[in-house]
Amino acid sequence: MTDTAILAEDLRKTFDEVVAVDHISLAVPKGTVLGLLGANGAGKTTMVRMLTTVLEPTSGRGVVNGFDVHDHPQAVRRSIGLAGQYAAVDENLTGRENLFLVGRLHHMSKAASNTRAVELLDQFRLSDAADRPVRTYSGGMRRRLDLGAALVSHPPVLFLDEPTTGLDPASRQDLWEVIEGLVGDGTTVLLTTQYLEEADRLADNIIVIDRGAIAAEGTAKQLKSRLGDTVIEFEFASPADAARAAEVFATDTSAGTVVRQVMTEGAATLRDALNRLDSAGLQPAHVALREPTLDDVFLTLTSSNGAGE
Amino acid sequence: MTATISSTRTISAKQGVGLGWTLRDNLSMTWRNLTVIRRVPQLLVFALIQPIIFVLMFRYVFGGAIQAPGGIPYVNYLMPGIFVQTVVFGAINTAVGLAEDRTKGLLERLKSLPMARSAVLGGRVAADSVRNAVVVVLMIIVGYIVDFRPTGSILEMAAAVGVMVMFGLSMCWIFAIIGLVVPNAEAAQAAAFPLIAPLVFASNAFVPVETMPDWLQWWAERQPVSVTVRAVRSLMLGTDPTDYVWASLAWSVGIMAVMAPIAIHRYRKA
Repeated sequence: MTDTAILAEDLRKTFDEVVAVDHISLAVPKGTVLGLLGANGAGKTTMVRMLTTVLEPTSGRGVVNGFDVHDHPQAVRRSIGLAGQYAAVDENLTGRENLFLVGRLHHMSKAASNTRAVELLDQFRLSDAADRPVRTYSGGMRRRLDLGAALVSHPPVLFLDEPTTGLDPASRQDLWEVIEGLVGDGTTVLLTTQYLEEADRLADNIIVIDRGAIAAEGTAKQLKSRLGDTVIEFEFASPADAARAAEVFATDTSAGTVVRQVMTEGAATLRDALNRLDSAGLQPAHVALREPTLDDVFLTLTSSNGAGE
Repeated sequence: MTATISSTRTISAKQGVGLGWTLRDNLSMTWRNLTVIRRVPQLLVFALIQPIIFVLMFRYVFGGAIQAPGGIPYVNYLMPGIFVQTVVFGAINTAVGLAEDRTKGLLERLKSLPMARSAVLGGRVAADSVRNAVVVVLMIIVGYIVDFRPTGSILEMAAAVGVMVMFGLSMCWIFAIIGLVVPNAEAAQAAAFPLIAPLVFASNAFVPVETMPDWLQWWAERQPVSVTVRAVRSLMLGTDPTDYVWASLAWSVGIMAVMAPIAIHRYRKA
């Protein structure tokens, strides 16, 4: 309990007949960042909702900051901050009022709520907009305010559900730096994301979930090494050629005009691949060697067990 | 069981919120909802437009053809009905507001806070009741402009507003449930009318029930909107027995006793 900030044991959630989360177990050591990576509908948000006491699990156990989510939900709520997929702030209140309200609902005094609101507005560069209704804010400003609202009570555990979805690159960069700062101060973070780049940059450990179950887990480096050292990319002049090449390699990873092969046998893989293309009468327009990215891991893991439902 | 966090503070495993904080959480949420109403005054204006149209329509278009019982001027008969109609329609705001909070993800955040579970709904219906009281007082002024002349004392008028706010509060709890089960604010709006129409229109709010068919009369005489309209007529005009005041309050308390727990249960589940 002392070293684990977030623990899930066999968590399961079904909505009627649909299994949203299927026996997921995970442990996040204190002061680290876990990235939950998955496509839309993979079950990431359902995991977050169960661990933040918003949703009752169908079965299994969740423990946050040493408190069971079922037995001590109020203690869990006092331990966490949640920033959601939508910026969950009140559009008609000002930035200051939003933060003040969250402080009051954390049972802080009026004075402490005000002081904390001012601190956070300053930290998130919203002081100039502090007394404007949130509906006048830009998307990036709302996300910053939303994150600020999650931090009002100085929570030791932070849940960020797709914190940068829909943000422009500059705002995303901005938010990443804020999150890195919090982690530097010892906050434990569970982050869900669809962006591999985000998980790669922020997460100490990554869990890939697909259709409610864990497809892979490890550090970014470990996940990448599962795909071998290097990927060969053959680019073809037409998608038709690329499709034929994919057939030759018996792979389904053809994307547009690019076909990838993992160099499992080093240079022999390359020689073999070129020979096979040659005997099939295919001439790649461009050949490149590339280090694997989390994208490769993700696509391999989530497409290997059948495409779609 | 306690856990020490970053050596700055200790979070206790204590459950529950306590009466003092439950009250303060409810007040915080009421403050939030009233601030929204204050910031978007159009909401208040829209809340007045519909009853004013009804006043003009019934007072000047249909009113001439309607014979008020006891020979009182029709406008005196009409206005209590308009006031009650206003608080009932006002309850739609509860459903719309909650549905909006839910679709915008705000309920999600509020549920993750260590606040009293009753406060989101309690703060909503409390703020809507304050709004209802303001709108009714404004409608009484509108009534004066179109020659509504109540005979009740200031105290009786205030009591009538109280009876209506109580009844509006009970309606707000019903609409809180709707706001929690419908997919969005538009659906809340759409679901409200079929529920409200048989209450507000199949009643004695605008016309005496005697001209209605027997089966409808049975309903129109007994249902809570009619009872509350008669309670208000009793206090403002002295035309109906004061028993209706108590009957209306009993309806309000009864509806709340059933609907509030259901709504809070739905909120926990939603």
